Amino acid sequence: MSVAHTGGACAVCYRAVARDRIPSMNVVVCVKQIPDPADPGSLDPQTKTLKRDGKLILDESDSYGVEMALQLVDTAGGGEVTLVSMAPNNEVSGLRTALAMGAAKAVLVSDDALAGTDALGTAKVLAKAIERAGDADLILAATESSDGYTGTVPEQIAELLNLPSVTFAKEIAIDGSTAKIQRQTEAGYDDVESPLPALVSVTAGVVEPRYPSFKGIMAAKSKPVDEVTLGDLGIDAGSVGWAGGGQEIVEVTAAEEREAGTIVEDDGEGFNKIVDYLAELKVI
Amino acid sequence: MVTGLHAELDPQRREVAEAVDQICAAFDDGYWSACDREHRFPWEFYDAMASAGWVGVVIPEEYGGGGGGITDAAVVLNRVAASGAAMNGSSALHLTMFGLNPVVRFGNERLRNSFLPRAATGELHVAFGVTEPDAGTDTSRIATRAFDDGHGGFVVHGRKIWTTKALESEVVLLLVRTDDDPADRFGGLTLLLADLDPAHVDIRPIPKAGRNAVASCEVAYDGLPVQGWRMVGRRGEAFRHLLHGLNPERILLAAMSCGIGEVAIDRAVAYARDREVFDRPIGANQSISHPLARAHMDLTGARSVMWRAAAAYDRDEDCAELANTAKHLAADAAFAAADTAVQTLGGMGYATEYHVERYWREARLQRLAPVSQEMTCNFIAQNVLGLPRSY
Repeated sequence: MSVAHTGGACAVCYRAVARDRIPSMNVVVCVKQIPDPADPGSLDPQTKTLKRDGKLILDESDSYGVEMALQLVDTAGGGEVTLVSMAPNNEVSGLRTALAMGAAKAVLVSDDALAGTDALGTAKVLAKAIERAGDADLILAATESSDGYTGTVPEQIAELLNLPSVTFAKEIAIDGSTAKIQRQTEAGYDDVESPLPALVSVTAGVVEPRYPSFKGIMAAKSKPVDEVTLGDLGIDAGSVGWAGGGQEIVEVTAAEEREAGTIVEDDGEGFNKIVDYLAELKVI
Repeated sequence: MVTGLHAELDPQRREVAEAVDQICAAFDDGYWSACDREHRFPWEFYDAMASAGWVGVVIPEEYGGGGGGITDAAVVLNRVAASGAAMNGSSALHLTMFGLNPVVRFGNERLRNSFLPRAATGELHVAFGVTEPDAGTDTSRIATRAFDDGHGGFVVHGRKIWTTKALESEVVLLLVRTDDDPADRFGGLTLLLADLDPAHVDIRPIPKAGRNAVASCEVAYDGLPVQGWRMVGRRGEAFRHLLHGLNPERILLAAMSCGIGEVAIDRAVAYARDREVFDRPIGANQSISHPLARAHMDLTGARSVMWRAAAAYDRDEDCAELANTAKHLAADAAFAAADTAVQTLGGMGYATEYHVERYWREARLQRLAPVSQEMTCNFIAQNVLGLPRSY
């Protein structure tokens, strides 16, 4: 299951070494295509999971990774951005958006047997898709998706591929075969270094994703999307989907209604109470 | 479910629409209201659209543009208008799309190489100088004169009116009389891509009812020198060349009008759902809902003719009937929609805070420009129905 990244024969490591001579940076970005958050979603009463049969769009939280990848390739002066995604019904709408932003190609895994796949199953599939995508110097993912919020898939992929994993990146710079990463924390950020290849999850909002341009949209039409099934990736259908899931959704209940807010009476010192409250929330 | 305009588009143009919607979402009604109130060109919006390549959407790829057609431009401008930007947003961009079209089609290589790459990036702003105070709709009476300078170039004297974006523009596509041709009313007219050189050009904005972020100006030309290579196409054939500006202009204005109508109806429908009088939403009353439904249908009809006109132009077919029809239907549908929106909001519709009065002021303009509703009727009566010319 792992990418062999030791030894000179490994394509991944070869690229990392070769970059000193040939300026090039190949970045794989894991992207999720999700139901449009602007449309109220609904749950399938049978499976208790989110319905995904309509049009899907690029998860906004993934647009930051795509942007960061495009910037890293630009800075390197060569290489390309490859997308990997797992989605039902061979859905490509979200991938088209990221291709229009400037990604070069995509690997899309779509298979009926994937319905009900949990986070670890998703990581298994994406890890295989990343291997299929070819030489990667760096793999980026969002810290979490905007519809599932498990926040575990990137680290699971790193483990499966035996790659170093860095989370919550706010800035990434490449220096030879090392990634220098500013890692967002509650108090500020940590400076972290990791050998390449590595898997890095990108914090939402840290870069301004570019808008797809007209030329980008036109060019995206002819960019290759490698549509594959579980069989193509050599994954046993029984190890993913409902069958392979290590979890079961037993019950879904409506979220509790929000409680009424706190009203601060201003007796001239009201601002202190507000400051204390915000500090308690760690907002300030 | 895909609804409204997006449902009318093929998947690729739907992506175009969504990408433009995404940029426009950063510029809300408050932004447009402020630009209008302060008579301020929407530079932030213009720069955002230019940097994503939308201003140069129809400039050929060999000059760095998008290589799209008038249909693509129509999608872009419709979405801009429908975002609430209305004419203040769409007319900040549209001149690069139709105004330069005669240069794309008929310009010499030096002219194209000198100006189209900068137009594609949005750096070059261009104005369209056709209408004159004493000629109005009768283009054959154009009196702005380009005299031969004896060195292959021209010296221009005259006066134009309603030159949009003259204040921001570096160059103007200028219709001038170079020769007198008694045999042909439209003969003797020539197109120049001239500099708006302040030493020879006096520009005065015309105070007007709406679309105040983008000024329309009276422009006086007093001995403006124009070199010979700045002539667009052939001497004396301006009218034929100009049709490649005028027909796309009618089509794009139709697309923009529909956009204004769409946003007006959206705002009115939202209000009619929320506003409760006599213990129920006002939208439950057919006196409110039926005019909104009619306006929606009229806009859908106008758009369908507009798409046909744009497709005909892009296929290089004669599109004059469709372009005039689209403009006429869209202008009436948009104004009716905006007026219905004002009526739906009642007193609040007249208040600037709710923005529909701004749409209403801007929609009114489309019934006058770029060609009046009456002149589109004249065109259809004479050229399509074969009735005698009435004027």
